[in-house]
Amino acid sequence: MPEIKELIKQLADKHGRTRESLLPILQGVITEERFISDAAMAEVARELDMSAALVYGTATFYSFLDTKPRGKYVIRVCKTITCDMKGKRQILQTLEDVLKVKAGETTKDNKFTLLEANCLGWCHKGPAMLINEEAYTELTPEKVSEIIGEYMKK
Amino acid sequence: MANTVNLKIDGIDVSVEAGKTVLDAAKELNIHIPTLCHHEDLCVAGNCRVCVVEQEGVKNLVASCAMPAQEGMVIHTNTHKVRNARKHVVELLLSEHNADCTKCYKNTKCELQDLASEMVISEPMFMDLVPEKNYTIDNFSPSIIKDDSKCIRCQRCVRTCHELQHVSALGVAYKGNEMKISTFFENPMYDVVCTNCGQCVIRCPTGALIEKTYLDEVWDAIYDPNKHVIVQTAPATRIALGEDLGMEAGSIVTGKMAASLRRLGFDSVLDTDFSADLTIMEEGTELLTRLKRALVDKDPTVKVPMFTSCSPGWIKFIEHMYPEYLDNLSTCKSPQQMFGALAKTYYAEKRGIDPSTIVSVSIMPCTAKKFEAARPEMRDSGFQDVDYGITTRELAVMIKQAGIDFGSIPDEKFDSIMGKSTGAAVIFGATGGVMEAALRTAYEIVTGREVPFENLNITAVRGMEGVREASVKIENVLPAWSFLEGVELKTAVAHGLTNAHQIMDAIKKGEANYHFVEVMGCPGGCVGGGGQPIPTTPEIRQKRTDAIYREDEGMEIRKSHENPEVQQIYKEFLGEPLGHKSHELLHTHYTKRKRV
Amino acid sequence: MPDKKLKRVDLIFSDDCNCKDVLAAGLKKSNEEILKEILDSGLRGRGGAGFPTGLKWKFTSQEASEEKYVVCNADEGEPGTFKDREILTRVPMKVFGGMAICGKVIGAKHGYVYLRGEYQFLRADLEKVLEEFHANIKAEGFDFQIHILMGSGAYICGEESALFESMEGKRGEPRNKPPYPTIAGFRSKPTVINNVETLVYAFMITRIGADKFQELGTADSRGSKVFSISGDTPIAGIYELELGMSLEDFVEEFGDGDTKAVQVGGASGFCVPRKKFKDTIIGFEGVPTGGSMMLFNSSRSMYNVLKNYVQFFEEESCGQCTPCRVGCQQLIKGIEAVKKGEKSITYLNTLQKLADTMKVTSKCGLGQSVANSFSSIVDNFKEEMIY
Repeated sequence: MPEIKELIKQLADKHGRTRESLLPILQGVITEERFISDAAMAEVARELDMSAALVYGTATFYSFLDTKPRGKYVIRVCKTITCDMKGKRQILQTLEDVLKVKAGETTKDNKFTLLEANCLGWCHKGPAMLINEEAYTELTPEKVSEIIGEYMKK
Repeated sequence: MANTVNLKIDGIDVSVEAGKTVLDAAKELNIHIPTLCHHEDLCVAGNCRVCVVEQEGVKNLVASCAMPAQEGMVIHTNTHKVRNARKHVVELLLSEHNADCTKCYKNTKCELQDLASEMVISEPMFMDLVPEKNYTIDNFSPSIIKDDSKCIRCQRCVRTCHELQHVSALGVAYKGNEMKISTFFENPMYDVVCTNCGQCVIRCPTGALIEKTYLDEVWDAIYDPNKHVIVQTAPATRIALGEDLGMEAGSIVTGKMAASLRRLGFDSVLDTDFSADLTIMEEGTELLTRLKRALVDKDPTVKVPMFTSCSPGWIKFIEHMYPEYLDNLSTCKSPQQMFGALAKTYYAEKRGIDPSTIVSVSIMPCTAKKFEAARPEMRDSGFQDVDYGITTRELAVMIKQAGIDFGSIPDEKFDSIMGKSTGAAVIFGATGGVMEAALRTAYEIVTGREVPFENLNITAVRGMEGVREASVKIENVLPAWSFLEGVELKTAVAHGLTNAHQIMDAIKKGEANYHFVEVMGCPGGCVGGGGQPIPTTPEIRQKRTDAIYREDEGMEIRKSHENPEVQQIYKEFLGEPLGHKSHELLHTHYTKRKRV
Repeated sequence: MPDKKLKRVDLIFSDDCNCKDVLAAGLKKSNEEILKEILDSGLRGRGGAGFPTGLKWKFTSQEASEEKYVVCNADEGEPGTFKDREILTRVPMKVFGGMAICGKVIGAKHGYVYLRGEYQFLRADLEKVLEEFHANIKAEGFDFQIHILMGSGAYICGEESALFESMEGKRGEPRNKPPYPTIAGFRSKPTVINNVETLVYAFMITRIGADKFQELGTADSRGSKVFSISGDTPIAGIYELELGMSLEDFVEEFGDGDTKAVQVGGASGFCVPRKKFKDTIIGFEGVPTGGSMMLFNSSRSMYNVLKNYVQFFEEESCGQCTPCRVGCQQLIKGIEAVKKGEKSITYLNTLQKLADTMKVTSKCGLGQSVANSFSSIVDNFKEEMIY
């Protein structure tokens, strides 16, 4: 808790304490924590002197501003039709097998969260996924296993 | 004229002020356009889309509530396209809505139901989405029930909580099919910054936000032969109750209300106005004492300005938002709670009734009073001082349930003791009223003369301006109050918590220098309370306010200190204002609450 | 009948110019001169809606406000679109240049790039280019700052007024219009908001002149456009093509020989079946597109395609207005029920009417455009919806 308080203070110092600072601050929390806890949101509300319900309402509007606990690496598999046509389902299946979780879940060691996402903007190179900010395209089950293997070593 | 625009609606020419909407213009012509998200007190949302109309030359329909009237516009409000679209919109809302109307508290009082009825909707056009929704009902709060299955997401509540109340306990969360009205982290209403003011309740078009009712409990008590059930009625109920029983806004129904309560079976029909007068005695004395200690004794522990403490919405607001100012709150309990504490002590003693058999009910224009009654601080009589707080609306329900024809019931008077009151008490129901009543008494205590305003009407503190200031120069004081000689008593009045926030910010920044501040949590004060008949609009609140002041003018006695029952209770029971017994029963303290 | 043949163009990505010099030359022109060029070029917004860019600039320039803004809409989220990412990766300096020239014309000192969260990885490079850009612009003595703001995964923020809300730290909910951004945009100040690609074209027009641009395209659709081509095509990717070609030509060039339908304009666009390829012009007079072209061959189920699109809208609707929020849910549930045989075929007609209502009553372009794909797919592939 003291760390999150400190983080939010730093973010507010950097981005300001107006309503316009809200998204950059929440994005900053995501970068560090991968999700925004209720305590973090309450702290943001306090720093910006605004309603906590409005912070919550804003955070839950944006798919990337997760309010539920997430793993260190958040995987988002594109579910747009073009990725689907290129084998997105096998990719998701492979990820579920390798990570031993279903889409929407987080691994027991809190290392990975597996999610689906709307169009990631890689339709010509589907299937595609993001791991945190990093994009991976033209995926095959083999390639996915390899990529996850690398992350597991991290 | 430069500032008007001319347009044509359904073939009729109309001119309106620039900036008015198409909906406003249609109103000028008495053309009814259905609305749901629109509310006169709130900013434009334009999200329900039920008010769409056709504009010539525009392909899509336009939302009349959000579309500014423009020069040369040609509007049609009743075309095939418009009617089909509106019906679709209502059908869509119904498909997301738990339309089990017979089991709904708002049955026959629901704007969505009215529209469905108007459109003669029978067989649903679309599929039922409710079973997949996992809607929840939050009924943990003693004041308000939030039932998401009834919500049509018009956001009137969200705008109310934000714009009028500066609380934002409710917000919009998630998006798309998951979008919902939510508190912080979907916590229960009792566990967030909600002040229980109920302003959302009186603006919710459906049954998604309602007061928690205690009808069964009150009926059970009435029918229990071993219980002595007493009832008190708040000032603002007597000028609003009629609206729920077929009368015009602004009808004064004090006598009918007293008669009905007696007919319902209450053992004693008493008046919160009595304890409002008592509040003035205590609070007026407290103010003068504070001023003495602050101005003469220079006691740094004494906080000025003093804030009124009658409005439980305001109390909870300050507990959450400005806890550093809790010591500025008058320690006086609200009239409801003074009454409650005395009912099970003084009243019981005088009437020779075992207080444990007394059930104390209050009729309030307020939902926050339910919470206030349940506060652990409010048990100084040795019991819960007020057992059930019910709203003006709930009383109307009881009157209907009992088969009373309210229109024809003859006037009756309140019982005694604790039933007598003055004009100063009834004006508690309007914003500025507590201030005016306090000034009428305090000025006279200090100077021995009546307040220097014509006919005792201190018009400077009246009105609907969000924040009003008034100062009274105190001159030629009685010897005991010589320290106040020449003092300019500075006062301010605010109603609605957004205005309260404005005053608090000014005080915090040191920009305002008041001695006494009255705050009422609801717009218009209690006349616009969250427990009052629905709907509320600026016009309705004005009519209720006018009625309050008419009632005051019609009273035999118009100053609290002249109330004979008040004089009697000091003589027989309390001793003197701020005396030992008063402290025990009539004063309290509040505590800091979290900000989320 | 389309009279234009498919033709590749190289304006956006061409590296035959020095951005610094083009910018310097542009900034030396008078505002009137630039406005005239942009107006004369016939350039229309490349994000999809196609509002004349010159008019947008002109209206904003006429506003008296001291405070105005240029916003670059880089919240590319339409399924099947990825051109803005490519443009921002390869020619960001042209984007910034377009913003600066717009800023000069309208009298803005600040520009903002609203970059979608999915493209966070671009940010560091963009910031680097920005440093150089700011140095260039300082050298020209023009007071103009560009800032980058990030989205966080919300398609609706591509809608201009929702984007302003998001920039202001709020939920990305579209506003009521009017007022339009040229009068009240970001921070309720006069704002020009242009798509990434539009800004680059504007920048290039100041270099090549309106006439050169005018030579390309048709009367309604001047110039060229960057297309994002995906789906059943052997050569998926980014292509800059002259506007006004027929879909038949397009399919001949990019199809896999078995194309049965092309979704023009992404999930919010129109589905064109094979039999209409010949008569369909790609441009504002025919089927407009923000660039997304998805090809489907005969192995694909158009039911799955439609379901994918409507599910997308169901999730990405902001949820504030009734027709869009509830309508999308009903469309999904409805086509599923028809497919399963729980609802009769005639229920598709009810859904079509619902889609029409969504088109005319929704608060913003998102809800209004759901009907495009819904109606065009259901109309043209009805049997696939049922069996």
